[in-house]
Amino acid sequence: MASALINVPKKAKRGDVIEIKTLMSHIMETGFRHTATGELIPRDIITSFSCRYNGEEIFRADLFPAISANPFIAFFTTATESGTFEFSWIGDRGFSETASASIIVE
Amino acid sequence: MAMAMRDITGAAVVRTGKVKLDVPPLVENGNTVPMTVSVTSPMTAEDHIKSIHVFVEKNPQPNVGNFVLGPRAGRAQVSARIRLADSQKIVAIAKLSDGSFWSATADVVVTLAACTEEVI
Repeated sequence: MASALINVPKKAKRGDVIEIKTLMSHIMETGFRHTATGELIPRDIITSFSCRYNGEEIFRADLFPAISANPFIAFFTTATESGTFEFSWIGDRGFSETASASIIVE
Repeated sequence: MAMAMRDITGAAVVRTGKVKLDVPPLVENGNTVPMTVSVTSPMTAEDHIKSIHVFVEKNPQPNVGNFVLGPRAGRAQVSARIRLADSQKIVAIAKLSDGSFWSATADVVVTLAACTEEVI
């Protein structure tokens, strides 16, 4: 169901600062809304996002209901060596998704 | 909001500056408000930004997000899309590697609020 969009440059020079953009499809239900009959809709959000670069964690985020549906997160890192980025999203109701992207550093 | 901020900063003094908080001053739809926080920092092993925290004043919950970075980030900048339940003040706080805290605030006018609408 869930799907991720990742944007990482394919190639970079060693030492370049590169931008990584991620988008994960998720409703991010806040837990503050009610149905027409007055029942509270339980919270269902992604609570944690992390990015590893060749196994080392370079970025982590704790998310709250104030993050929009389909959370978009963009951040920067320094290209040090060729390898892979591993992304993981963890959320309520056992939500867990991973994605990866590779980069060639010259 | 003050309490949620204290959870992060502890007793430390939060100074204004270094942080730049980019949000549109007027948004039509509070459900997706693009936000960019950037902090002036050399991002070296000795002097870098450890984390960026964003808070809002009038949402049901004051926390928006905590972003943990490190010297490898190269540039201390984070973007995300956030929800705003009302026209309000947004505060971004950055924690530096020397333990000091710096902040920036922005006021946003929201014409269609998030969170409160009913689901049919």
